[in-house]
Amino acid sequence: MRTNDLILQTITKIVIFIILAFSLHLFFAGHYTPGGGFIGGLMTAAALVLLLLAFDAKTVKKIFPVDFKKVTAVGLLIAVFTGIGSFIFGVPFLTHTYDYFDIPILGETGLATAVLFDIGVYLVVIGVTMTIIQTIGEDE
Amino acid sequence: MKENLEVILAFIIVLGALISLISAIGVIRLPDVYTRNHAASKGATLGILLILSCAFLFFWVEDGYMNARLLLGIIFVFLTAPVAGHLISRAAYYSGVPLWEKSGQDALKTKNKQGKQKQR
Repeated sequence: MRTNDLILQTITKIVIFIILAFSLHLFFAGHYTPGGGFIGGLMTAAALVLLLLAFDAKTVKKIFPVDFKKVTAVGLLIAVFTGIGSFIFGVPFLTHTYDYFDIPILGETGLATAVLFDIGVYLVVIGVTMTIIQTIGEDE
Repeated sequence: MKENLEVILAFIIVLGALISLISAIGVIRLPDVYTRNHAASKGATLGILLILSCAFLFFWVEDGYMNARLLLGIIFVFLTAPVAGHLISRAAYYSGVPLWEKSGQDALKTKNKQGKQKQR
């Protein structure tokens, strides 16, 4: 029997934007305040799991047509390439640097290459969590 | 002026804690799942909202620091806690948890029967 999930689905449509925005905020806040790639990725995965709870797996696949195993692979590649990139400048593996730039809207902003590594962590966490949950959920 | 405001904020935080305590007592004292859920979802939501909004106002008054995460948390709890209560209650009803024997009417029962008749 398919029950009427109107209340859950409506509130999911609103709340998912709050969760995604907060996960992005946590991801970018990670350099100076608590947060970072791991918790940001987990929270993005939690938003996707909320979508899986409110709708079914087919709908989520239609909204996010990504293979999460590939997301994991891309994240690992990004993390490795940020390490290899330090060889270009003749410094040891995984050496990170930062500098201040004038960005039109944001003003003077400190940009660190550690963010690129963190993007890798973020993608790996999303990919692994969603792969685990989808493979468990699809087993029947 | 600032001290007065802080006393008022402290009073409201204690009020929020008291409301949470009353809702916890309600969870213990009330007879069945639905009335307990009623106490838990309403009371805890209001208590948490009072505490969070007073924490937000306190940091604003004291340090001049507007914490957007607390505002988001207030909106989030306000949106999701009643829905969670609704889902728990509905899951309990559809899995056949009986109502308290003194409760007068079961409005969902007739609708449920009509739904089953439509399916036939």
